[in-house]
Amino acid sequence: MMDTVGAFRKAGLVLVVLTILVTGLSTAAQAQEPAAPVESVEAPLPAAPAEAPAAEPQPEDEYRADFDALVESQGQYAYAFEFFALSMVWTIICTTFVFIMHLGFAMIESGLTQSKNTVNILFKNTLIPCIGLLTYAIWGFNAHYPGDFNGFFAFGSPIGDLNADGGDTFGYGGMALAMTGYGDFIFQAMFAATAATIVSGAVAERVKLSSFLIFAALLVTFAYPWVGSWHWGGGWMGSLNGGNGFKDFAGSAVVHGFGGFAALACVLLLGPRAGKYVDGQVRPIQGHSMPLATVGAFLLWFGWFGFNGGSILSASPGPLGLVITTTALAAAAGGLAASLASWVSSKKPDLSMGLNGILAGLVGITANADIVSPFGAIIIGLVAGVLVFASVLVLDNLKIDDPVGAISVHGTCGVWGILACALFDTTGGGYTIIGQLTGVVAVAAAAFAFSLVVFGLLKATIGIRVSSEEETEGLDVGEHGMEAYPHFQTAREN
Amino acid sequence: MKLIKSIVRPNKVDDVREALEKLNTPGMTVTEVRGHGRQKGHTAVYRGKEYNVSLLPKVEIEVVVQDEVADEVIKAIIAAARTGEIGDGRVFVMPVEHSYNIRTGERDV
Repeated sequence: MMDTVGAFRKAGLVLVVLTILVTGLSTAAQAQEPAAPVESVEAPLPAAPAEAPAAEPQPEDEYRADFDALVESQGQYAYAFEFFALSMVWTIICTTFVFIMHLGFAMIESGLTQSKNTVNILFKNTLIPCIGLLTYAIWGFNAHYPGDFNGFFAFGSPIGDLNADGGDTFGYGGMALAMTGYGDFIFQAMFAATAATIVSGAVAERVKLSSFLIFAALLVTFAYPWVGSWHWGGGWMGSLNGGNGFKDFAGSAVVHGFGGFAALACVLLLGPRAGKYVDGQVRPIQGHSMPLATVGAFLLWFGWFGFNGGSILSASPGPLGLVITTTALAAAAGGLAASLASWVSSKKPDLSMGLNGILAGLVGITANADIVSPFGAIIIGLVAGVLVFASVLVLDNLKIDDPVGAISVHGTCGVWGILACALFDTTGGGYTIIGQLTGVVAVAAAAFAFSLVVFGLLKATIGIRVSSEEETEGLDVGEHGMEAYPHFQTAREN
Repeated sequence: MKLIKSIVRPNKVDDVREALEKLNTPGMTVTEVRGHGRQKGHTAVYRGKEYNVSLLPKVEIEVVVQDEVADEVIKAIIAAARTGEIGDGRVFVMPVEHSYNIRTGERDV
C-alpha cells in the first residue's frame, strides 16, 4: 500500500544521503594526508639507499613508470606527445560531431516530407551510416588515401592494424595530420556516409527502397573514395591552380557537391512526385513537422563544428579558432539571407527556407573556412542564403522535384563554396576561379555520371520507383508495413 | 431523441462545453475536423509557392438528447459559439432511433 512505497522512498533517500556523506568525508580525509615532500635540488644526496627501509613504492612512482613508458612508445616523437594526444582527442570528438549529423539529416528530411513516408526516410538515414562505415573499412579508406598512385584511381582494400608501424605516434602524419591511423580512418569514415545521405532527401517519397540502398552502397563504397582521392588522396587535382592545388578545406566539392550532383542525376531519372507539377502549376506538398525539421537543421549546424573543426586535422589553436568562427558566421548569415529572401519574395518568411539557408551557408564555408576572414565568411553565407532560395525556385520551375532542397543546398552552394575560395582567400594561396571551377566541375561531373549510369541501370532492371498506388498509400505501409504515427491505439489489455 | 451535431470554431469549444454542462447534458463526442461554409480560406505559401487553404480547422461536437430539451440545448450551443463573424459554424439536428448504454445495456435512457 501507499505506506510501503513511501517507506521505500524514504529508505532510498537516506541511503543516497549516507553514500554522499561517506564519499565526501573519505575524500576530505585523503586530502588531509601530508603531501610528499618536494625534493630540493640543493639538498645533499640521501645516505646509501641500502639504509632506507624497504618501503612500498610511492604512488607517484608506480604511475610515473607507466606514463614514461607511454611517452617512450612514441619513440623519437615523444617531444610532441601532448600536442599529439590533444589533437587526437579533438579528432575523435569531431568524429562524434559528424556522426550526429546523420540524426540531423534524418530529422530535417522527415520534417520536410509527409508523415506517410516517415518510416521510410528514417530507415534510409539509419542504414546509410551503417553501410558507409562498414564499406569504408572494407574498401573505401585505402581507395581514398592510396599513397602513391596514378592520381586518378586506386583499388581499395580492408584496413589492417592502423596502430602498427608507428601508426599510433605523431610520426603517422606530423602537424598536418596529428592523429593516429585509426583516428584518421574513423574521422574520414564518418564523412563518407554523409555524401550518400544527401541523395536520400532528394529522392524521398517515391524511390524504391531496395534500389536506393543498392545505389547508395555503391556510391559510398566506390564513387566517394574514387573522387575524393583526386583531392585529399593526393591525386591529379593537386596540379590545379597552377600547382597550388585545388582548395576544398572540408569538402564543399568532394562531399557536398558530390552528393548534390549525384542527387540531381537520380532525381532526373526518378521523376517528380505524383501531383507535384500539374497543369503547369507547382503544387506545394508540405512537410509534416516543422519542429523535426528545425531539430534537424540545428543538429546539422552543431555537427558542422566538428565537420569543419576536425578538418584542421590537429588541435592547432590559431586555425581552430578561425574555422569555428567562420563556420558559425557563415551559417548565421545564410539563415538570415534565405529567410529575408523568402520574406521579400513571398511576403511571408518561410521557416524551411531559413533552415535551408543555414545549411547553405555551412556548405558554402566548408571549402574555405580556414582561409577567409570573418567578413568574408559573412559574405559567403549571405550569398549562399540567397542562392539556395533562388535555386529551390528554379529547380521547381524546371520540374525537378527535390522535397528537401538537397540539390540546392549541397550542389548549388557547394559550387559557390569552391569558387569563394578564389574570391575570398586571405592567405595568398593562389586559388583561381578557373582552377577551382575545373575541380568542382570534375567532381560534379563524375558524381553525376556515376549516378546516371548506376541508377539508370537499376531503373532499367529492377526499377527505381514505387507503384503509384504505393506512392499514394505511403511508403511506410508499402515498403515497411509500418506506420510512423499509428493513430488508433487498439492494443488489448489482456 | 435528437442527435445535435455542431461545427464550431476551435476556440469556442470550452464555451460550448460549459453551456452544455449547465444543462446537464449527459455526454458528448468531440472531433477535430476541417471544412468551410461561406468562409473564404486564406493564401498560404510553402517554399516559394502560394496555395489556397480553404479547408479550415473546426471542431465538431455531437450530443444526443431527449426531444423535450433539444431546443434549449440548441439555443445554448448557438449562444455560446457565436462571434458574429463569418465562419461561426452550424448546428445540424437529426432524429435518433435508439441509444444504448454499453455498460448497463439500457436503451433510450
